Amino acid sequence: MNKIYSRPKSLKKAVFHYCPGCGHSIIHRLICEVIDEMDIQDKAIGVPPPGCAVFAYYYFDVDMAESAHGRGAAVATGIKRAFPESIVFTYQGDGDLAAIGTAETIHAANRRENITSIFINNAVYGMTGGQMAPTTLLGQKTTTTPYGRSDNLEGYPLKISDLVALVKGAVYVERCAVNSPANIRKTKKAIRKAFQNQIDGLGFSLVEILSPCPTNWKMTPLEAWHWIDNVMSKEFPLGVLKDTTGVKDAD
Amino acid sequence: MAKALMTGNAAIGEAAIRAGCRCYFGYPITPQNELTEYMAANLSRKKGCSFIQAESEVAAINMVYGASLVGARAMTSSSSPGISLKQEGISYLAACELPAVIVNMSRGGPGLGSIVAAQSDYFQATRGGGHGDYRTIVLGPSSVQELADLTHKAFELSDKYKIPVIILGDGVLGQMMEPVEFKYEAPEELPIRSDALRGAKDRPSKYIKTFTSNPAELEEINWSLFRRYELIKKEETAYETFLTEDAELIVVAFGIAARIAKGAIRTVRASGLKVGLLRPITLWPFPSEAVKDLAKKIKNYLVFEMNMGQMLEDVQLALEGQGDISFYGRPGGVIPTPSEVSRVISRFYYQKGLK
Repeated sequence: MNKIYSRPKSLKKAVFHYCPGCGHSIIHRLICEVIDEMDIQDKAIGVPPPGCAVFAYYYFDVDMAESAHGRGAAVATGIKRAFPESIVFTYQGDGDLAAIGTAETIHAANRRENITSIFINNAVYGMTGGQMAPTTLLGQKTTTTPYGRSDNLEGYPLKISDLVALVKGAVYVERCAVNSPANIRKTKKAIRKAFQNQIDGLGFSLVEILSPCPTNWKMTPLEAWHWIDNVMSKEFPLGVLKDTTGVKDAD
Repeated sequence: MAKALMTGNAAIGEAAIRAGCRCYFGYPITPQNELTEYMAANLSRKKGCSFIQAESEVAAINMVYGASLVGARAMTSSSSPGISLKQEGISYLAACELPAVIVNMSRGGPGLGSIVAAQSDYFQATRGGGHGDYRTIVLGPSSVQELADLTHKAFELSDKYKIPVIILGDGVLGQMMEPVEFKYEAPEELPIRSDALRGAKDRPSKYIKTFTSNPAELEEINWSLFRRYELIKKEETAYETFLTEDAELIVVAFGIAARIAKGAIRTVRASGLKVGLLRPITLWPFPSEAVKDLAKKIKNYLVFEMNMGQMLEDVQLALEGQGDISFYGRPGGVIPTPSEVSRVISRFYYQKGLK
């Protein structure tokens, strides 16, 4: 019998601590599949954030180093500059990359740092209990926007990927989602391209992934998948925001 | 190498390159810019090396963290307000037991303060500085030559004990030019730490982290850090004494203040006053035992600092209520002259009834 689906080699045999319906476990798996397929397990260095994914090093079977909140792009910069043979990726949430780490992200992109950023957007601060994120939608209720996010008091959902796309040193920016088999496949393709760009020395790549957080959204996993389609992706449209790699799509 | 005439800031840069520093990440702030500029000129295009003018001091220290993770000798520098911003990264470096060298060419504070030399960052430097229970080794040079020597030593100590090392200078030391001799040649190959994170090649993957949800595990980590700190106290405490043999009064001063005090002591010695100097070279660990030893025969101490009395507390702790301690300080970036300090020393000397 042919085995057509199994645990990626670079994913440890550990039980995820993530909530049911959370997107992190899917994205972890996708990254590990890409690492396996590209055969870079022995030179990959991951930089996970504080937050729900802080224990990413219990799951990824590659070298990893925890970053301070928001500093992933700066830490990855230091790693890559001191050890250019490594394949460095950051794994960051919306609070991490789009609030406290905005400066580090934009400037790493602008220096054309040859690194890969995987950006998980679930529109809330997950680990701390569902507070407003920079990407929280207008009207969305969180523990710190109990009356719904209001534009005149809390501002607008920040489209950080669009900002990064404006920066010349960013060569590839795509927004994906992991709320359906088709979207999951597209996400994997984007992650693969973001790693390939680094191997080819092209510059900064960012893959934003709309990811369900049923616990803090107070939805069932299925409702969360639908909410990404019907609400979240209306504010954060999926697709390639920028691609100046000049590399023809593998497909 | 023959002697060169250099600013203190440039001397640190040259000494760092000769110590095998691979990465320098900085951000402009006066009075340390000559160091950043020296690295831009002399490190940025060197094979295997990297220089970045970062977007902030926060980013710079986190780049140092990244470079240290993969085993490079890495350095950043700043001055007081910028060093406050670096404390987050220093705490992580300490927690992860990663080497790094951080230079503080300190200036007057609080706030934006002034751009002139001050010693008001002593507490911040010697008490850890950031959040959590930790220490860093703190070196307090008092000449351009010593800046160069201690920069080399800083990289050695940092690697040996896997601990961030702070070089606490000041605006005067950074800006002034003096002859300096470099005692080390740059290594042929830049060093890479053997336990670094360099990919799971021919070994299982590993990770470096600080977070744990288990307080007992974190307690053990803290204990382990402090066991190493005890070893550092025992092995690495350094200080200089000057004319203490027959002294009736000891001036305790560090860094540029000690340099000023030396001039003042020479002046009062010419008038027959028996005054000596104790100059801590390691500010942490503080040379408490040296103070205690002096206290066996000398009762009177004058602590002189360019702040409102910070090292004073370490002298008080070392003396444990023994001795008679006076303090003279000039905060805010005012630089006292040797003649001013000699008058202060004479006044205390006679007030204490010493002959």
